[in-house]
Amino acid sequence: MANETKKPALYLAEYDTPNAIAQAAMKVRDAGYENWDCHTPYAMHGMDEAMGLKPTRIGVLSFIFGMLGVATAVAMMQYTNAFDFNLLNIGAGYPLIVGGKPPGAFPSMVPIMFELGVLLCGFATLFGLLGIIKLPMHNHPIFASDRFEAATDDKYFISIEAGDQKFDLDRTRALLEATNPTYIELVEEEVL
Amino acid sequence: MSYDAPIKELGETSLLPEGTTANEITETIAGVTENPAPRGWWLLFLLSLSALGAMTAALAYLFVQGVGVWGNNAPIYWAWDITNFVWWIGIGHAGTLISAILFLFRQKWRTSINRFAEAMTVFAVLCAGLFPAIHTGRPWFDYYLFPLPNQMDMWPNFKSPLMWDVFAVSTYLTISVIFWYVGLIPDFATLRDRSKNLTRKRIYGFFALGWRGAHRHWQHYERAYLILAGISTPLVLSVHSVVSFDFATSVVPGWHTTIFPPYFVAGAVFSGFALVMTLMLICRSIFKLQNIVTIRHLDLMNKFMLGTALLVGYAYAMEFFIAWYSSNPYEQWVFFHNRLGWGQLDSSGNWGPLWWAYYAMVFCNVIVPQIFWFKRARTSVPIMLIASVLINIGMWFERFVIIVTSTYQDFLPSSWGMFHPTAIDILTYLGTFGLFFTLFLLFVRWVPMIAIAEVKGNLPGAHPDLHAIQAHDEAPDAVGAPVPAE
Repeated sequence: MANETKKPALYLAEYDTPNAIAQAAMKVRDAGYENWDCHTPYAMHGMDEAMGLKPTRIGVLSFIFGMLGVATAVAMMQYTNAFDFNLLNIGAGYPLIVGGKPPGAFPSMVPIMFELGVLLCGFATLFGLLGIIKLPMHNHPIFASDRFEAATDDKYFISIEAGDQKFDLDRTRALLEATNPTYIELVEEEVL
Repeated sequence: MSYDAPIKELGETSLLPEGTTANEITETIAGVTENPAPRGWWLLFLLSLSALGAMTAALAYLFVQGVGVWGNNAPIYWAWDITNFVWWIGIGHAGTLISAILFLFRQKWRTSINRFAEAMTVFAVLCAGLFPAIHTGRPWFDYYLFPLPNQMDMWPNFKSPLMWDVFAVSTYLTISVIFWYVGLIPDFATLRDRSKNLTRKRIYGFFALGWRGAHRHWQHYERAYLILAGISTPLVLSVHSVVSFDFATSVVPGWHTTIFPPYFVAGAVFSGFALVMTLMLICRSIFKLQNIVTIRHLDLMNKFMLGTALLVGYAYAMEFFIAWYSSNPYEQWVFFHNRLGWGQLDSSGNWGPLWWAYYAMVFCNVIVPQIFWFKRARTSVPIMLIASVLINIGMWFERFVIIVTSTYQDFLPSSWGMFHPTAIDILTYLGTFGLFFTLFLLFVRWVPMIAIAEVKGNLPGAHPDLHAIQAHDEAPDAVGAPVPAE
C-alpha cells in the first residue's frame, strides 16, 4: 500500500522486573506526563503510588445502584401486593392477606429487597467498570507492536501516547532511555 | 490494601515451587487450551454428552406426559426434584465461598482453585435452576413467576418463600456469571496474545474486550472485583438461607426449625468443597497441574471440609435434641421413627422403612470426614478422592432425608404414604450430571481453568518495593542506575 501514511501513536518501553518498571514509572510521573500508562500481566500493587493515580471511585456507582435496587424492590412489592390502583395501565395491584399478615407487611419483603439490591449493584459494578476504563476497545494502536504480546505473559511495559501535551519524539525517547528499558519502540497508527 | 500482608497459615513462603516463573505459569495453564485434548477428556466428554441426551429425552417425556411420570404423589409432593435442586445449588456455594469469602480474607491459596470453583458454581446453579423450571411439568408457564403486567391483573405473592427463591437463585446465577467473567477478562487477553491462528485470536480477542493490562484499568478492575466479592459474600449466605426458608416457614415436622438457615449454608459449603476436590483431583492429574494445585492447597481444602463437617454434625445432633426437648410427638415421630428407624414407636413393630438413608447420611457426612484430623489422610490423594465422593453422596442423602422422611409419615396416619422413585426420576437426576460435566469439560478445554493473572501476582517479588527504589534513587552515586531485581 504505497499511499498509506502513518503517524506516531505512542512510545513503548519494555522492562523485565517489577522494580524496574516502578522506578521508570516514577520518572515519567515526575516528568509531568498525563496520557501514559503501565502495562502489566497482573495487578501490580504499589503502582498507584508510582504512577501518582487518584483512588478509584467506582464504589460510589455500585452503592447508588444497590440502593436503587432496594428501592425498586420495595416499590414493586408494595404496588403489586399492598395496593389496588392501576398505574400507567399495567394492571392494578392485588392486596393479599397471607398467613394473617397485612398486605404490605414489611418483614417478608426483606429477602427480595436484598436480592434486587445485590443484582443492580452487580450490574452497576460490571458496566461501571467497563464505562470507566473505556472497554471494549479492540483497536488500540498499542496492539500493532509484536513485542506487546508479552504484556499479558511476563513482561512489563510503559506507554506514552502521542496525544500527551508534553509528547515529543526526541525528548520523550530520551526520557524513556534514561529509565533503562530493555527495548524501546515507536508504535505508529494509520492516518485515516 | 494489605493484600500483601503475610498469612498466618502459610507464612510468607511461596505456595508454588521455588523458582516458578510467570512464563511457566502462562505456558502450563494456557497450554491446556492449546494442545490437543488428552484421550481422557474425549472419553469423559462423550459420556457426559450421552447423559445430557438422556436428560433431554427424560424431560421431553415429562413435558408430554406431565409430572405423573415421577414418583411424587400424596403425601410426598416434593421429592427428587427438590432434593436435586437443593443439592446442586449447595454444590455451587463452595465456588462463591472460595472466590469471594476467601478473597476478602486475603487467603492467597484460593488463586489456584478459584476459577475452577467459580465455573463449577455457574454450572451447578444452572443444573439447580432446571428443577424449579420443570417441576410443574409445564415449563411454558414459568413466566408466571415474574411480576409481568398481564391482562388478568395477576401478580406473584411476594410473601411466599418460593418467590424469594426465584429472586435469590436468579440473582445468584447472574452475579456468579458476572464475577466469573470479570475475573476471566485478563486471562482471555493472555490467550488472545498467544493465539497462533486468526480464528482463535478473534474469539478470545472478542471476550478479552481489548484488555491491554493497563494499570489505569487494573486500578478500577481490582476495586470492582473487591466489590463483587463483597456483595457475593452475603449473597451466597442469603441464597441457601432462602432455600431453607422454603422448608422452615412451613409447619411440617422436621422442617419447621430455626436452625435451618445456618445448617443449610454449612452443608452447602461442605458439599461444594467436596465436589471441587473431586473435580480438581481428576483435572490435576489429566492436565498435569500438580505444580500449581499443590498438596498444600488440597490439605487446606480438607481442613475446610473437616470444619464444615463438624458444623453439619452439630446441626444433626441439635435437631434431635430439640425434637426430644420440645416433647412434640409429631416432631419426635419424624426424627426417631422416620429417620433413626426406632421400631418400637411403630404400631406394626417395623423399623421406619427409610432408616438406611439417615444412616448413610451420618456415615458419609459426619464419620468419613473425621479422617481429615490426620495429616496423612489430608495429604493422600486416593483417600481424599474417596472421601470427597462419599461426602457428596452423603449430602444428597441429607436433602433426601429432610424432604422425604419428613413428609411420608407426618400428622394423620390415614394420610401416610411412601415414596418410590421412577426410572424417569433417576434418568433426570443422572442427566443433570451430563449437563454439568458437558459444560465443565468444555470449560476446562477452552477457558483458562486457573486464574493466570492472580497466580502470577502471588509469585515472590511480583510487586515492586517502592521503599527500596526511593532509598536507591536518593543515594547520590546511584541516580539513573536500575534497582537490582530481587
